[in-house]
Amino acid sequence: MLARRSDLPLKGDAAGRFLPWLVAMMVFLAAMAVAGAFVINGVVSRWDHDVSGTLTVQVLPIGGEGGEALTDERVRAAVEVMRQVPGVLAVRALDKKQLLALLEPWLGSTDVVRDLPLPRLIDVTVDPGARIDLDAVADRLSHAVPGASLDDHRVWLSRLINLSRTIQWLAILIVGLIAVVTSTTVVYATRTGMAVHREVIEVLHLIGAHDDYIARQFADRAFSLGLAGGLIGLALSVPVLSVVGWAAHRLEGGFLPSLSLPLLGFIGIGLLPAAAALVAMLTARATVHGTLARLP
Amino acid sequence: MRHQSPGENVIRLEAVGLRYGLGPEVLQDINFSLPAGSFHFLTGASGAGKSSLLRLMFLGLRPSRGRVILFDRDIAQTRRYELPALRRRIGVVFQDFRLLDHLSALDNVALPLRVRGVKESEVQRHVPELLAWVGLAEQLHARPPTLSGGQKQRVAIARAVIGRPDLLLADEPTGNVDDHIAMRLLHLFEELNKLGTTILVATHNEQLVARFAHHPRLHIEHGLVQRLS
Ligand SMILES: Nc1ncnc2c1ncn2[C@@H]1O[C@H](COP(=O)(O)OP(=O)(O)OP(=O)(O)O)[C@@H](O)[C@H]1O
Ligand SMILES: [Mg+2]
Repeated sequence: MLARRSDLPLKGDAAGRFLPWLVAMMVFLAAMAVAGAFVINGVVSRWDHDVSGTLTVQVLPIGGEGGEALTDERVRAAVEVMRQVPGVLAVRALDKKQLLALLEPWLGSTDVVRDLPLPRLIDVTVDPGARIDLDAVADRLSHAVPGASLDDHRVWLSRLINLSRTIQWLAILIVGLIAVVTSTTVVYATRTGMAVHREVIEVLHLIGAHDDYIARQFADRAFSLGLAGGLIGLALSVPVLSVVGWAAHRLEGGFLPSLSLPLLGFIGIGLLPAAAALVAMLTARATVHGTLARLP
Repeated sequence: MRHQSPGENVIRLEAVGLRYGLGPEVLQDINFSLPAGSFHFLTGASGAGKSSLLRLMFLGLRPSRGRVILFDRDIAQTRRYELPALRRRIGVVFQDFRLLDHLSALDNVALPLRVRGVKESEVQRHVPELLAWVGLAEQLHARPPTLSGGQKQRVAIARAVIGRPDLLLADEPTGNVDDHIAMRLLHLFEELNKLGTTILVATHNEQLVARFAHHPRLHIEHGLVQRLS
């Protein structure tokens, strides 16, 4: 396809100088958008997986003398209430040591922290298949144990999932806009090329060339320029994505699940240069056909 | 080759008028036909409309009014994708040659064959042969800008006849060559004519027309075409 003969001297055209770089930038941006969408999708689905099937009960601490013991009492009462709920598989109160371990990355491990009245947490594992009336459970809990509240993560999670959906749509929109910009540029580059080579095109037309014979030459050229640009863009995006991935890895110990691009993401990004070349080719072809249709 | 049987018309113009943009009618009420296998000269003063008439005939222009019937097809009724097939049956020598400057003489002459998808081995066999015949064996790989006017003209003629057209339209094909070569080129046209190609040669070279007086002559004046014999 790339070696096909061309009667039109398209090699020297200005398009050859600017089109690959434009496509390179577009493919780079598209790669960022695609990678972002995939990573966020991965993060959310892992959070979703980790979080569904668990509930957390929070018990407010009681300060002052003997507060510690009273708080323990409340925690035990809350554990008891949760054990009664049908569909609950396990209930586990985190003791103060575990709580401090959770907080250590943020607050450090000084004695000050040790003396703080910390809210206590109870991990509840539920059967994901069971339908539990969480509002009723929350009601019963707060009546039975003052200062206890139920957090089912649902609000938080659904907001997170909404956000990730929005970001995915945004990524699709960005990729779509990038395709539009690329193809608009190819339209103008092709029209310019046709104006420059009007004489040649007219001669080919008059000696009986089909429109497609002429269109193919522009399309072939656009394809190879698009592919070259796409590969440059891909080559630029790989190190950038690697650096971002590496930086995210260093963050991980904290609250982010691992930020890795799934295989599908790699395939998607890897296909971007071919997609760009295809967009360029089809656009050039359609442009030439449209313009030639005006010849007698 | 799809030569028409003698007697049929290769092309017929009926009440054809032509104006460029909003200008005056350059051609008005043109009625004539070229029988298959005929050889005509087209004469007329400079600016009379010879090139314009040829342009109508090779489908480089549409008439402002009237009908053009080419190879029994009314052009106005013919679909766009069918036109290339008709154009391929016509060889044109343009008055200004219209050679492609970035291609060698060989590639220029090869164009009509390549456009038709003729095999490259055939192209490499026929094109140098024809170029040698018109005296350009040494210039196969020369580009048009490095050729003399007469050499360019011969490349243009070679390109027009390489596809063995059914209809050859030549616009001042001898304008830039000396008498000897002019005679030779007209003899080439006569050879083609004997093989069945219908020929129309536009020229204002009266001497040449006189020397080939056995061919009928169409004369264009005041936008009208008349047959002289
Ligand atoms: N593209 C054009 N736009 C406007 N007017 C044109 C165009 N081409 C030709 N004309 C006009 O049409 C008339 C006929 O021109 P044409 O070229 O057909 O003459 P011709 O007989 O071939 O002349 P010559 O012998 O000098 O080649 C002229 O008056 C010319 O000015
Ligand atoms: Mg003329």
